Amino acid sequence: MGFLDIDNATKSYGAVEVLHKVDISVEEGEFLVLVGPSGCGKSTLLNMIAGLEEITSGEIRIKDAVMNGVHPSKRNIAMVFQSYALYPNMSVGQNITFGLEMHGTPKDDREKALADVSKLLQIEQLLDRKPGQLSGGQRQRVAMGRALVRNPDVFLFDEPLSNLDAKLRVDMRTEIKKLHQKLGTTIVYVTHDQIEALTLSTRIAVMNGGYVQQLGTPKEIYDNPANLFVATFMGSPSMNLLDVKVRANGNAIFADTTNGAGEKVSLTFTNPSETLKSYDGTTITLGIRPEAITDPEGADHRSTHVEKVENTVTVTEPAGSDTFVTTTFGGKDCIARMRADTEAKAGQRVPFAINMEKAVAFDPKSEARIG
Amino acid sequence: MAVASSDTAIRTGRVTRTFLYLVLLLFALFYMLPLYVMLVNSVKPLSEITGGGMMSLPQTWTVEPWTKAWNTAQIGVESTGLAPYFWNSIKMVVPAVAISTILGALNGYVLTKWRFKYDTILFGLMLFACFIPFQMVLIPMATVLGKLGLAGTTTGLVLVHVVYGIGFSTLYFRNYYAAFPTELVRAAQIDGAGFFQIFWRILLPSSGPITVVCVIWQFTNIWNDFLFGASFAAGNAQPMTVALNNLVQSSTGVKEYNVHFAGAILAALPTLLVYIVAGRYFVRGLMAGSVKG
Repeated sequence: MGFLDIDNATKSYGAVEVLHKVDISVEEGEFLVLVGPSGCGKSTLLNMIAGLEEITSGEIRIKDAVMNGVHPSKRNIAMVFQSYALYPNMSVGQNITFGLEMHGTPKDDREKALADVSKLLQIEQLLDRKPGQLSGGQRQRVAMGRALVRNPDVFLFDEPLSNLDAKLRVDMRTEIKKLHQKLGTTIVYVTHDQIEALTLSTRIAVMNGGYVQQLGTPKEIYDNPANLFVATFMGSPSMNLLDVKVRANGNAIFADTTNGAGEKVSLTFTNPSETLKSYDGTTITLGIRPEAITDPEGADHRSTHVEKVENTVTVTEPAGSDTFVTTTFGGKDCIARMRADTEAKAGQRVPFAINMEKAVAFDPKSEARIG
Repeated sequence: MAVASSDTAIRTGRVTRTFLYLVLLLFALFYMLPLYVMLVNSVKPLSEITGGGMMSLPQTWTVEPWTKAWNTAQIGVESTGLAPYFWNSIKMVVPAVAISTILGALNGYVLTKWRFKYDTILFGLMLFACFIPFQMVLIPMATVLGKLGLAGTTTGLVLVHVVYGIGFSTLYFRNYYAAFPTELVRAAQIDGAGFFQIFWRILLPSSGPITVVCVIWQFTNIWNDFLFGASFAAGNAQPMTVALNNLVQSSTGVKEYNVHFAGAILAALPTLLVYIVAGRYFVRGLMAGSVKG
């Protein structure tokens, strides 16, 4: 039994099922991120935890108490909305203490809680202002203050950073992470931004089409994606997907493709599974992250298996800290992440170092991971 | 980029401009004329009007027509002046406006934030009420009022106007609240606020402009209503509009035009006052939601 249990929860609108048997158990103090594209059901799931949407079947439990049909205010949760949802007619102080007032907390306790929270979030000088007079970052803080002041069991965040500009978003991301480390609260956080998901979470649930595609730690999700959707959704630039032909030769299994000049290229799989052997002679999808394809000097020295391949550069994109170099394998574009001062130029033939330890294979039909 | 100045704008010729203002002035005068006639004739003795000087300023100024219209003019069979009927109208319009506005706000709140099955159909039906001609409901309404024991009373008139007003006030508030962020209501729900607390603490404080629009609209319509007043209010309960009609239409004695003019102005004063006090909010409220703030 976890702290927050989502047990086979489904959601239907009429005959249309939008969430299919979601099963997630969150431990106390965990930071769970629900990530996925628009319409994947992540916000619906969050609203079901909050009690703003009914649960069609299954159960949601907080601290082992069944929450189905329990009013949002009685679940001891707090929510930060995408638009912050600050009450425009109340001052910042009133906004933060409104929930306490509604729960009948005495005025002295409210004042004290307000003082604590505003100190924690450094918004003491804003308490008398109206939300309309605040900047985006300040509103964000007030919205978090309103959630924090109630000292809830679970915090729910619904895309809280998507209304901020790029720089502020990164700053607030760090703030939220700091806050979580300091307070050790249980958080469920919805976002469509995979970077936010990877940086903030202790665990991620990648969702698509109303299904949880994969549930795991950021590292598991990133290194061992369960299927093509997770592989391409997480990571930027996204994972290179190459069509390769599997060729078994004794114990070794090769992935055959061609380089930009049409010459044959054979990559050896590291520790191939038995399942992969059964794909002998067929074409599969090989996924390699851009950072697993580098210039030989930049290759991961701890990796036991790096393959060197010469190929023609089609485009280089210097991005400051790295240079993204595009080449082709089997006629498909493939992005390599090279050092910033790489000498590779468009049209040149340069060596690429491929870290095969990080390569993952997918069945092109079922899109599931092989092995 | 240099700031655009009027030097570079296309110049309107001096002659054109003068002509423009002249035309505008003419139209303004034309529209002010009835008011002028009413005001001027209400402060002169009857003899000056019957003498043919309707457009000229009074030779002897007098407030007698005003006091007569208010206190002693013959209304129907009694010479009470308009005063008691004025208070009848107040007694009718204040509760009718208040009740229909409050109900409209509640309806708007429920129809946008507590959606239920067939709510749009219900709203459509309420909207339909705005388009039913008054004449159509006269007889059924009279029957209902009779059965309720409210026939011929001010309370009955209040009921009629509330029922008729709800359609419009619901329309106003529903459209206003449709643009009101639902996330605020959800946040308040999580904060533990109940149905009426959300309405009272969150929605209503932000409803100033639309409330003003609704109050002006209802006040003007109800105050100026003649048909319901004439049909459903008997004798002492008649509103100002009916009394004014009785004053002007009386077929006995000399027609005291100066008293009639004074009475007409008295009848129009409250709506005028409401416009002057709340008029600027009226435009602001009508515009609310149409432009992103």
